[in-house]
Amino acid sequence: MTVLRAYPLIKPAAGRLALAVLAGAGAAGAAVALTAVSAWLISRAALHPPVLHLMVAIVAVRAFGLSRGVLRYLERLIGHDAAFRILGDVRARLFTRLERLAPAGLADFRRADLAQRLAADVDAVLDLVTRVALPYAVAAVVGLAAVLVVGALVPVAGLTLAVALLVVAIGVPLLQRAAARRADGRLAPLRGELTTGVVDLLHGLADFSVYGAQQSRLSRLDDVDARMTQASRRSANVAGLSAAVTVLSTGVCVLVGLAAGAVAVRSGALPGELLALVVLTPMAVFEIAGPLPMAAQTYVSARASMRRLAELWDAPSPLSSLGSSPATPVFSDIPEIRVENVTAGWVPGRTAVSGVSLTLPPGGRVALVGPSGSGKSTVAALLVRFLDPRAGRVTLDGTDLRSIVPERVREVVGYLPEDAYLFDTTIGDNLRIARPDATGAALEQALASARLLDWVRTLPDGLDTLVGEHGMALSGGQRRRLALARILLGDARVLILDEPTEHLDDETAGELTRDLLAAAGHRSVLLITHREADLDGLDVVRL
Amino acid sequence: MKPLDPRLLRYARATRAYLVATVALGAVHAALLITLAFLLADAITGVFLHGAGVPQLLPLIAVVAARSVVAWLQEVAATRSAAAVKSELRRRLLAHVAGLGPYHRTPAGEIATLAGHGLDALDAYFARYLPQLVLSVLVPGLLLARLLPADLIATLTIAVTLPLIPVFMALVGMHTEAATKRQFRLLARLSHHFLDVVAGLPTLKLFGRAGAQAGIIRRISGEQRQQTMRTLRTAFLSSLVLELLATLSVALVAVGIGLRLVHGELDLATALTVLILAPEAYRPLREVGANYHASAEGLAAVEEVFAILETPLPAEGGAAPRDGALVFDQVEVRFPGRAEPALRLSATIEPGEIVALTGPSGCGKSTALAALLGFVSPASGTITVGGVDRETIAPTAWRSKIAWVPQRPHLIAGTVRENIALTGADHDAVVEAARLAGADTFIAALPDGYDTLLGDAGSGLSAGQRQRIALARAFLKDAPIVLLDEPTANLDTTTAAEVMDAIRRLAHGRTVLIAAHRPELIALADRELRLAGSLTPAGA
Repeated sequence: MTVLRAYPLIKPAAGRLALAVLAGAGAAGAAVALTAVSAWLISRAALHPPVLHLMVAIVAVRAFGLSRGVLRYLERLIGHDAAFRILGDVRARLFTRLERLAPAGLADFRRADLAQRLAADVDAVLDLVTRVALPYAVAAVVGLAAVLVVGALVPVAGLTLAVALLVVAIGVPLLQRAAARRADGRLAPLRGELTTGVVDLLHGLADFSVYGAQQSRLSRLDDVDARMTQASRRSANVAGLSAAVTVLSTGVCVLVGLAAGAVAVRSGALPGELLALVVLTPMAVFEIAGPLPMAAQTYVSARASMRRLAELWDAPSPLSSLGSSPATPVFSDIPEIRVENVTAGWVPGRTAVSGVSLTLPPGGRVALVGPSGSGKSTVAALLVRFLDPRAGRVTLDGTDLRSIVPERVREVVGYLPEDAYLFDTTIGDNLRIARPDATGAALEQALASARLLDWVRTLPDGLDTLVGEHGMALSGGQRRRLALARILLGDARVLILDEPTEHLDDETAGELTRDLLAAAGHRSVLLITHREADLDGLDVVRL
Repeated sequence: MKPLDPRLLRYARATRAYLVATVALGAVHAALLITLAFLLADAITGVFLHGAGVPQLLPLIAVVAARSVVAWLQEVAATRSAAAVKSELRRRLLAHVAGLGPYHRTPAGEIATLAGHGLDALDAYFARYLPQLVLSVLVPGLLLARLLPADLIATLTIAVTLPLIPVFMALVGMHTEAATKRQFRLLARLSHHFLDVVAGLPTLKLFGRAGAQAGIIRRISGEQRQQTMRTLRTAFLSSLVLELLATLSVALVAVGIGLRLVHGELDLATALTVLILAPEAYRPLREVGANYHASAEGLAAVEEVFAILETPLPAEGGAAPRDGALVFDQVEVRFPGRAEPALRLSATIEPGEIVALTGPSGCGKSTALAALLGFVSPASGTITVGGVDRETIAPTAWRSKIAWVPQRPHLIAGTVRENIALTGADHDAVVEAARLAGADTFIAALPDGYDTLLGDAGSGLSAGQRQRIALARAFLKDAPIVLLDEPTANLDTTTAAEVMDAIRRLAHGRTVLIAAHRPELIALADRELRLAGSLTPAGA
């Protein structure tokens, strides 16, 4: 993300960030000033002046000694506070963005990958603020001040300090990055080989040990390991070089300060009592600048995270609103749905369905049948405006869906997807997603319609029973029935039920389908299935 | 938390060499530091008080150059040692996991991550944490020894304040540890909630609740921030103590020597030496504090490795295998976390018999074969072979007498030939085994015949073809005992019939145990052994 794009994210915490930089600069400045003033104090003291003449310096040294720790503490607190504020904001904004995209606009991203982006990549914001931006900003302020002070006394020394600081803050990180790239280029394929090899060894362990191949497979991995070790060893020199350059930079500043300072003292351009200050200040400055290469490394990995987030940010929206004003039309009690010669797809360039037409009359019972992969779920996504058609149109009581705001469509059309999601919370909370103000009686009635109430009543915690991550604490059939109860609790008058019996055994499946149709009552139902057994009494549309 | 896990020294010998190198380099580092301080102090004093010209720079240049070289060596030693240690741990880990056998429960993906990226956390531990830990003991010691003759009071000031730092840090650390742990749990919960909500986004959208969630996320993030800041206010106290003590001591030392200079109790060169060295005494300790992360992450990674390395290997017998009847005597096999035994079996299988193990799925057919192979041990009862307890027989020798065709044979990413002859064999033998297994026809039709490269896990072959490759392995091995685990499951009727033919050829003249579902496979056996989950009498 460019600085311009990052600014709106930083804005709400900008004041705090500035304060953190100020405190940090104060802390680092105190450390440098402590060295500088002490150096002057001692030099001056060597001339045996009255102690009174040194009082200001003595008080200053003590004050610097005290303030550094306190200011640093404040910097860290304020900086983290700002970082957490930004983090919360990024999270919420990202969610809003995802909300507009899901699920069709996210078809390009794998689920595990998405989870990675959301968890680790968003958290990288914290590092970016506290471990990259703040150290660099503080070092810039303090480094500049030190360069100006030293440069005012001995210009050559100031110039040297400036160059050396740039070398450590920018040159060394660039060197490390180039080295890291080369090392990664060597290591990445080996890492892949190792992973494949380990998985192969463990998955085939039984076969290998019966056929006596375990040792030979292990020694193959040892070979990969040897090459990895070799590759890591080769990056040692660059790592060493970076460390050496940092130490050398400090040394050069001290030496130049001493030599140029001595010349200046000889020529009378510099009072002798300031020589120690010119020589010793760079040592303190480099204590501030020394950690910058590490901050730069953090930046490289955080930037990769930011880039992955930006990809999400920039993913195109799957919906295309029609030119007409987004109307909030009034629908009949149970509206009629028509799909007219529709072509659609999730991923650009790939068509999932083409030329589909169907009509779901008010109170109708229609089955959409077709083999897996024929695009049945795509039709369902079109009906709830998760997706817009590329050709043809979908209408609700004659109004093109694209001219109705998606939220309004979903108030009317309810969809029980094949993988209906259960949140990691209680049975009751999962139901109340459909209607937050539902009474206990309403919940029970919905459960009863889905024929789940008897089971829930046997649970010691009843409606407060936790369903586990992805509903894993329930059986497959219970998960489906709970999702069904949820959709029955909602207001939707048109129900689209997608493969509601997938992965259930035949007996359970037949029973559930019968319950479904009975519970739907007067609502319209579009049943999407590949099971031919469930089609009694339904109008059948084949894909 | 221990700064250095002693097991690291035990399991990774390169650690010791590294520690020795670090101590040596640390000593040189400290010596150079002291030399530099004295040289600088002398040079400044000379120019300032004695009107000397530009001082002798050569010794200073030499010291600066030497310091750079030491820094370079330290980093090289760290990188190379980390590589060596990772290699040692990785080899041990993989060998150990292999030794634990196929029934060990850590998922392969986790082990692969641990062996790869997981161990990389050691890089920072070796490069940034351990050396500073060594220096934090070494440098103050050497500096104080050198400062003592120069200035007793400054030496005492440093000597008294320095040990206070770790003491205070430990106190604050103990106070915040519980809070920090709570904090981590809170963070984990928030991440989990966020992922849960995002995974369920389509559902939320369907019910028109997605918009409200953004506000909820904002609110929870705000609560998280407040709670985290509360913890951090205490947690950061430890670094406050560190900075405060370190800087304040340096300030006190500076003011002290300044005042003694005024009174003529000290000379400038000594004072400057003290001023240069005083902050250096505290520096390693500050670095240790700053690199706490590197330490925690590195140690957490090796902790996981050690947890696996310390899982005891199954005991291995050393006796030679004998021929004779296979007897399951009141055998019960249990798996952790399951109340019911996975297998209960009493049975005798005579040499040359073909026996079908039958029963509903989950009754322990595969477990019976695994127990015979020695992949799992009976919780009670014994399996004997020719009268000898299987547990006392050397597993490698015992398994060399067995050919095994599992339900889903594992194929390696390699040629067809390598897949049939996992440990190598001459071409004619491989072709003959493939012919007997009914695999020669389809192999000949492959683009490169026996040299055709298969992808990961044998991708490119159908289930039936893989099954026949596994049968070819069994033919090639020519072992007296053959174990078959549902070899025709997942095959269509024609393929199953072909595989059955091969099995008939393979069974001839051997002791055969088949876990079977299909009637035609059961019909192939001399008799049926029904497993029902309860103790089954032989031959029932």
